[in-house]
Amino acid sequence: MHFDFSSAEPIYQQVADQIEEAIFAGAFVEGTQIPSTTEISREFKINPATVLKGMNILVEQQLIEKRRGLGMFVMSGAQNKIIAKRKASFYEDYVKSLIIESKKLGLSRSDLQGLIEKGYRHE
Amino acid sequence: MSELIVKHIQKKYRRHQVLKNISFTLEPEKIYGLLGRNGVGKSTLLRIINNRTFADSGEVILDGQSVVDNEAVQRRFYLMSDADFYPSGMKAKQAFQWLSQLYGTFDWTYSEHLVAAFGLDVNQKIAKLSTGYLTIFKLIVALCLPVEFIFLDEPVLGLDANNRELFYSELLSTYEDRPRTFVIVTHLIEEIAHLIEHVLIIDEGVVTKDCDVTLLMNQAHVISGPQTAVRDFTQGLRVLARKHLGEIEMAYVLGELPRDTRTSTVSIQQMSLQELFVYLTDKVGE
Repeated sequence: MHFDFSSAEPIYQQVADQIEEAIFAGAFVEGTQIPSTTEISREFKINPATVLKGMNILVEQQLIEKRRGLGMFVMSGAQNKIIAKRKASFYEDYVKSLIIESKKLGLSRSDLQGLIEKGYRHE
Repeated sequence: MSELIVKHIQKKYRRHQVLKNISFTLEPEKIYGLLGRNGVGKSTLLRIINNRTFADSGEVILDGQSVVDNEAVQRRFYLMSDADFYPSGMKAKQAFQWLSQLYGTFDWTYSEHLVAAFGLDVNQKIAKLSTGYLTIFKLIVALCLPVEFIFLDEPVLGLDANNRELFYSELLSTYEDRPRTFVIVTHLIEEIAHLIEHVLIIDEGVVTKDCDVTLLMNQAHVISGPQTAVRDFTQGLRVLARKHLGEIEMAYVLGELPRDTRTSTVSIQQMSLQELFVYLTDKVGE
C-alpha cells in the first residue's frame, strides 16, 4: 500500500482504491480481515476519519463488511464484483482516454489498431 | 464531550492589534491544525484559552462557563508550549509525579511506552535536556495527562525526522485509543496535512478559513499547460496565484472545477495544503 499525497485524487479515495486493488489482486482474500482503520492511520499518518471515509465507500459497494467488535472483512464474491465493475468501466477508463491521447498525437484509427495488434503479438 | 467556543477575542500588544476578532468552535474528539504566519498571534490565542494571558475582550466558553480563572475547566486543558514552569533541578520523572498529583492521574503505562520508544532519560534534570529531548518530555506529558483538550504549540521543535514520524504515529494511536481534541500549531504544514481533520487559518487578526481538510483540498488544484489553454480553463474560477515558466502557466485555483476535464489540454493536480496556505496568506503583490 502506498499513497500519493500529491495526486489529484483525494486520500480517502486512494484508501478505497488501494484496498480494492488488494482484493482484486488476491492479497486480501474473501472472508478474511483487512487491516484496521487504526493500523492504516498509524502506518501512513492519515487521520482515521479519512481512512474510515475510504473504507465506507467499499462498505457501500458491498465489497467489505463490518463485523461488530472484530473489524472489516472482505465479503464473499467481492473479487468477482470488482472484475465486473472494472469490465464495465474499461471503455470509459481506458478506451476513451486511449483515443483522446492518440488524437492529440495525430495517430490515425488504423495506426491505433496497428499498435493494438502489435501489442498482442509481443505479449 | 463538550465543545469549546471561542467568541470575538481581541488582543492588543502595545499599539498593535494582534487579534482583531477571533471566533471558532472546537468540536470534541477532532484533530485540528491551527495555521498562521509568524507573529499572527497563534501562541497568544492558545495562551488566552489556557488562562496564561488575558484577552482585551471576547470570551472562551466550555459547558456554558467562561474558562478564565476557572480551575476546574483548566484541568481539562493542557498547553504544550515553549514556556517552562518546572522548578529548577526537577527531574523528568519527578515532573510526571508532580503533574499526576496536579491533574489527578497520569497514564503511567503509556508514558513508560513513550519513554522507551523515544529513549528519554527520565533521571535527567529537565533544565539539562537538549532541545529535542525537552520537546519529547513535553509531548509525553501532553499525551499522558487526563485532559480533553490538548494544545500543541510547535510540537516537533528540534525533533529529528525519525522522532517526528514516531510522534505522528503515537498521536494517531493515542487519539484512537482515547479520542480527545488536539489543536496543533506548526509551520511544518505538509507533515500534518493528512493528520488533521479540520484546519483553522488565522490571517490579519481574524479566522479566514475554518473547514474540513478533505473538503477544502477537494477544491484546491494546480492547473498547468499552455498559457492560453490555462486562461480559458480558469475563466470564472478563483485563481490565487499564477506562475509562469516560458509559455507554460500554472494557476493555483480554489473552487469547484468543471465536471469532465479529460478532453482539456491542461493538466490538473492537487494543490498541497502548504501551497494553499502560502497563496492564501501571501502579502506580496497586494
